Amino acid sequence: MNRNATLWFIVAILVAAGIGTALLRHDATQLPWLPGENESIWLVEARVDFYATGGPVTASLSIPETAPGFSIFNEQAASAGYGFAIVTDANDRRGEWTRREASGAQSLYFSASFLPGNAKEDSKRGQLPIPAPEPVFWDAAQVTAATELIEAARSTSSNDYSFAREINERVATPTQNAALLLAKSDSPVDLMRKLLTDAALPTRDVMGLPLEDARRRQSLVPLLEFHDGEQWRLVDPGKGVIDTPENLLLWHRSGRSVLDVIGGQNSRLSFSIIRQSVAPVELLEARTKNSLFAQLGVHRLPIEEQSMFKLLLLLPLGATVVVFFRVLIGLQTTGTFMPVLIALVFLQTELVPGLISFVSVVLLGLLMRGYLSQLNLLLVARLAALIVLVIFVISALSVIGYQLGFSTGMVITFFPMIIIAWTIERLSILWEEEGPRDVLIQGSGTLMVAVVAYLLMDSTVIQHLSFNFPELNFVLLACILAMGQYTGYKLFELHRFAPLRNLGHK
Amino acid sequence: MKLISPGALSRFGMLGINARNLDFIGRYNQREQYPLVDNKLKTKMIAQEHQLAVPALRFSLTQQHDVEATIQQLDTMSGFAMKPAKGSGGRGIWVITDRRDGKFVKSSGIVVDHDDLRRHMSNTLAGLYSLGGGADSVIIEDLIQLDPRFDGLSVEGIPDIRVIVFKGYPVMAMLRLATHQSDGKANLHQGAVGVGLTLEEGHYANAVQNGHPIQEHPDTQKPLNQIAIPEWPTILYLAAQCFEVTGLGYLGTDIVIDRDRGPVLLELNARPGLAIQLANNCGLLPRLRHIEGLRETPRRDAADRVHYSIEKLSKL
Repeated sequence: MNRNATLWFIVAILVAAGIGTALLRHDATQLPWLPGENESIWLVEARVDFYATGGPVTASLSIPETAPGFSIFNEQAASAGYGFAIVTDANDRRGEWTRREASGAQSLYFSASFLPGNAKEDSKRGQLPIPAPEPVFWDAAQVTAATELIEAARSTSSNDYSFAREINERVATPTQNAALLLAKSDSPVDLMRKLLTDAALPTRDVMGLPLEDARRRQSLVPLLEFHDGEQWRLVDPGKGVIDTPENLLLWHRSGRSVLDVIGGQNSRLSFSIIRQSVAPVELLEARTKNSLFAQLGVHRLPIEEQSMFKLLLLLPLGATVVVFFRVLIGLQTTGTFMPVLIALVFLQTELVPGLISFVSVVLLGLLMRGYLSQLNLLLVARLAALIVLVIFVISALSVIGYQLGFSTGMVITFFPMIIIAWTIERLSILWEEEGPRDVLIQGSGTLMVAVVAYLLMDSTVIQHLSFNFPELNFVLLACILAMGQYTGYKLFELHRFAPLRNLGHK
Repeated sequence: MKLISPGALSRFGMLGINARNLDFIGRYNQREQYPLVDNKLKTKMIAQEHQLAVPALRFSLTQQHDVEATIQQLDTMSGFAMKPAKGSGGRGIWVITDRRDGKFVKSSGIVVDHDDLRRHMSNTLAGLYSLGGGADSVIIEDLIQLDPRFDGLSVEGIPDIRVIVFKGYPVMAMLRLATHQSDGKANLHQGAVGVGLTLEEGHYANAVQNGHPIQEHPDTQKPLNQIAIPEWPTILYLAAQCFEVTGLGYLGTDIVIDRDRGPVLLELNARPGLAIQLANNCGLLPRLRHIEGLRETPRRDAADRVHYSIEKLSKL
């Protein structure tokens, strides 16, 4: 009993330490217990290219302060040899790169993250004096068409907002008048501006960036804003008046130009865009807090090692599942912790493709092993030959899968080759000695444990807890220790010994 | 799926795998003594030192290049048993009972030639049948001659008697009969018949195949309830002596009866299975707990322990 008392004491300490540390960490860093919804942010990188002529260089890029429908954070500039500052004046916010001497091709970068949804109203520039519309000059042929068009739109609208909508419709699906005007204008946006200005509506040119995932070398798209008496409204010719832009980032809204380069020529502005899925902002903030827990957290490691730890910290759960199934249920598995390794692979491949590829590789391997055993080889040579053949099978499946258009063909390569070869060898020996029934029992036992371990390890809540509260693994260790001293019957024994019941009463 | 309640099992005194591993194997068997029983060659040597009856060893080989010489020696023999020293569960055992046209006839009737023997020996040496796949050795010993009293009870193999010995006391016994389904092997999970034996006389108590009760041998239809093992006290004495030989507290002993030599110790097992409880329709726990509670001063010798088991344990 003494041994048991010590063990239970250790179990209790582990549980207390695990939960206690987790509570303290939660208290100190405000790390949430639940992962919350993942949010997607847009990573936008602006790249300025120009050819420096040899003298001092000033490159000034208009950058957004607030963009309708997005909140901005994490602004960064990177350019070797240049000084960088963000200059804000009354109606403009600009990033300025400066350098005393530069010659040859230059590339300057500015990147920022945009989180959709947190629309803040344009505070400062919303109060800027609204520019008075300047008179528009049409040539003689255009005057009548423009006046008629404006009159028609005015008669079918009730206020400035609906007037702009009507104008836009006429430009988008040109009537005879509009077609005449379009032919003489630079672009639909240009025509829209002229018409709205002529009708005494304040307008301004803006530059927008359509957001699409994984795009490079994108350019800004010219758009138009008008003031309807209350606020600025965005017009995209063809799409109409846009209330809340979706997947459209207004990069430049007011002020002088988008890009000025002094001391260079052939300047060019392009954008790269990536969408990333990130943990909620509170999580990001909690991780960067300056507490002892944050210092000792895994999050301080480089991103690459963090992702490795993410997997590593899930392993204790897999091990616990194996102990549970073997000690309490009595399932037979091929190799003790083989199911955990398979579950790890499923994490990378998703469940169904992983299951299909695993089963097909093992089945093909069993067939080839059957042939190899007829060749009369020594055990080590046969195993080595099997490994080579398994690699061929996996390569063939990958290529075939790729040709057929299944990207799942590629994922099989994650499977640890040596372990598969051993599994095939053991299963085939089992087949020869105990028959296909035992192979089926052990194989399905292994897969079942692997699937359960995968389902648990794949849960976002569990991934969140194991990564952010690694001390909870002490609780798992306590569970393993507790199960390790279980001397009761396994579930399968209740079945195995079931024939006893009737006999017991005779 | 039919299930029995844990409470009923516990009242019945059934020993489960977890309890066997923790409370008996873990507590009474020292790891350093395992190699003695996991290696049949070592078992044989140490048993001979203690003057226990074992099948006579003809050859043992550990190197691949010994195979050729051994094959030539085997050509002069009409029957022998070839075993991996570290095999378990009867794996890799070939029993050659006869010769035909210079080839070898296995107990199952299959004829194998010299190449088959050569391949089987090198597979065994490479560790195909050993626990953990480590290098192994081959032992070749004299054939056990079937005692005529067991005629018709075992197909393609010799029946053997499994006695569980706890702290030197025989606690439970069964007779294992090979069947066609078990391929001549005496393992219950492969389909062999297990006949539970009374501890006091070695008579039929109950019989099972694949976990279910049966009345007669499935291949020969010979009734099982007439079974009475000859030389029963000698068998129990042989089993009880294995405690002193190995020092293992919880031990399975496999004994066969040779027509000419009588009871012979075939092999020992440090992790004996639990099917013996099904064969006897009786749980092991009451007997094990009884022995655990014994105060042994002075220590009893093997003969006394056998006597005690026959007197007391069979009543439990």
